Amino acid sequence: MSTTAPATTRTGLEISGVSLVHGDGESTVTALDDVSLTVSPGEFVAIVGPSGSGKSSLLAVAGGLAKPDSGTIRVGGHDLGGMSGRRLTELRRTQIGFVFQSGNLIPALTAVDQLRLPMTLGRVENPRDPMELLEEVGMAHRARHRPDKLSGGERQRVGIARALVTRPALLLVDEPTAALDRSRSHDVVSLLARETHGHDVATVMVTHDQDVLEHCDKVYRMTDGTLEVESN
Amino acid sequence: MFLAWRELSFARGRFVLMGSVVALIGLLMVLLSGLSVGLVNDGVSGLQKLPVSSFAFQDGVDKTSAFSRSVVGVETAETWAEQDGVEDATPFGNSLVNTRTDKDVDIDMALFGVEEGSWLSPEATDGADLSGPGQIVVAGTLKDEGVAVGDTVEIDQIGTKFEVVGFLDGQHTYGHVDVGYVDLRTWQEIRAGVRPGEPVPDHVYDDATAVAVKYDADADVDLAAGDKAAETTSMTLKESYGASPGYTAETSTLQMIQVFLYAISALVVGAFFTVVTIQRRHEIAVLRAMGASTRYLLRDSLTQSAILLIGSSAVGVAIGLILGALISSSPMPFALEAAPVAVATVLLVVLGMVGAAAAVFRITRVDPLTALGGNR
Ligand SMILES: Nc1ncnc2c1ncn2[C@@H]1O[C@H](COP(=O)(O)OP(=O)(O)OP(=O)(O)O)[C@@H](O)[C@H]1O
Ligand SMILES: [Mg+2]
Repeated sequence: MSTTAPATTRTGLEISGVSLVHGDGESTVTALDDVSLTVSPGEFVAIVGPSGSGKSSLLAVAGGLAKPDSGTIRVGGHDLGGMSGRRLTELRRTQIGFVFQSGNLIPALTAVDQLRLPMTLGRVENPRDPMELLEEVGMAHRARHRPDKLSGGERQRVGIARALVTRPALLLVDEPTAALDRSRSHDVVSLLARETHGHDVATVMVTHDQDVLEHCDKVYRMTDGTLEVESN
Repeated sequence: MFLAWRELSFARGRFVLMGSVVALIGLLMVLLSGLSVGLVNDGVSGLQKLPVSSFAFQDGVDKTSAFSRSVVGVETAETWAEQDGVEDATPFGNSLVNTRTDKDVDIDMALFGVEEGSWLSPEATDGADLSGPGQIVVAGTLKDEGVAVGDTVEIDQIGTKFEVVGFLDGQHTYGHVDVGYVDLRTWQEIRAGVRPGEPVPDHVYDDATAVAVKYDADADVDLAAGDKAAETTSMTLKESYGASPGYTAETSTLQMIQVFLYAISALVVGAFFTVVTIQRRHEIAVLRAMGASTRYLLRDSLTQSAILLIGSSAVGVAIGLILGALISSSPMPFALEAAPVAVATVLLVVLGMVGAAAAVFRITRVDPLTALGGNR
């Protein structure tokens, strides 16, 4: 099923020595403290940890939404440091896919239009076919429905499909199962695992949900801005 | 325009509501502009149609009521005619009178006294030109009031009678009443209050209201030098509108209403697009995270606002033009001109787009991360 180039020619996410301090002046919060993390193409990594430990901050930095105070970040071989805003936008559009907990679908668009949207933002090299991809995530029968007519789990599937339609090198997923019951959570996370492995995407998923970790290749724990391996 | 169209149709309830407001503002702008042009015409169309370049009034006269207060000697016209660049100058009389025709039609009239056969003497498009005492040429619009060639017009109190010999083309008004042209000598007698048959003192024929001066539009005429030589105060034809009764008060009131309407529509339209865009804050943050450029977001928002604004103001202006055509055929002072309507429409569209663009800029400056609130 995979149509991507062999994994050896692609690199996923390489983060080394990244620190991020929120706020300025007296009230500063160290969200990330010398974090290093490498995720290869086709690898599914989970990050767990208490609230406020810096998990979302890590995703923001990895996705070029926040600039780290130190350290280097490479996505698909491209160094984010010193990139202009325009190039960063371009990189997000072509190399990075985001899946947020909720509200990440555009209310006005049907499921299939959500997947067509990334291609209207600019040129996309060899995108996946929106209908086929919807089929793959089991949402083809809801292609003409808008988000308000979809269940939480269905929305999350469409969101995942939309993040994957541009064949990104890196997929960043923030608590995809927070609003779902146990069996839906397993469906969504196993879908993520399948796509990660099948299309050589480097996937980082933040979760509070211990149940779904079985689908992941590697689990890290974030505590007060520092990251360490929990299990392989 | 993938997203813009879909969002317009998705939130059509809200956009239709706003579209109606914009259409109503457009309608109001058209009606107001028609009313203000109509009022100007009703006030000074008789002056606008004069072949006059400037008027020389009595020295130091109050400029807001010059036509009713000024008295100049008729010989002043000769001094003015000799000025460099001036083609010709002739005395002009202007007074407001109440009249009644032999068919019992009451007419308030602005009586313009001119030397018959002079360049100031009007051409009748219906009937004959002024050719002597006892004749009057009146505004064409009086035909609608039942006045016809051959009717007799009598001045109240004094009793001077004129025969209507001709009609001018269309509307000729001054101070919201119709204009009638009579020969200068008779006008001078009426102004002096001399009844028909009474002896006329010689000095009655010495004075007129002003001297009408004619010169080429691009002739370099030194009005100040002329005023000095003739001991007069000059106003160009346009400036003299302000000397017509009520003109300044009416036009400044209407202008103020129009300025307020523009300001209100700018606020309403600007505020609407600001609110709509701020409501899209989360969505715009998602689009930014997906790699939408600021240019894309601006284009998307501006397309939406342009479609809404152009569509609904076109509807409003169209309704305004239809209503205006209906009003124009009524006695209400109303006249539509293309330029003010076009300016009002363009202004409405541009103000709305500025509001939308400002809102988008404010949101794209927000960090997409904070807008997403990490996880919501
Ligand atoms: N924009 C910001 N400005 C200031 N401080 C921030 C900002 N964003 C996050 N923080 C702080 O940085 C720390 C890490 O936040 P982050 O959102 O990364 O935590 P998290 O691990 O994702 O938590 P949760 O599990 O609750 O989502 C927290 O202490 C938070 O208060
Ligand atoms: Mg978080």
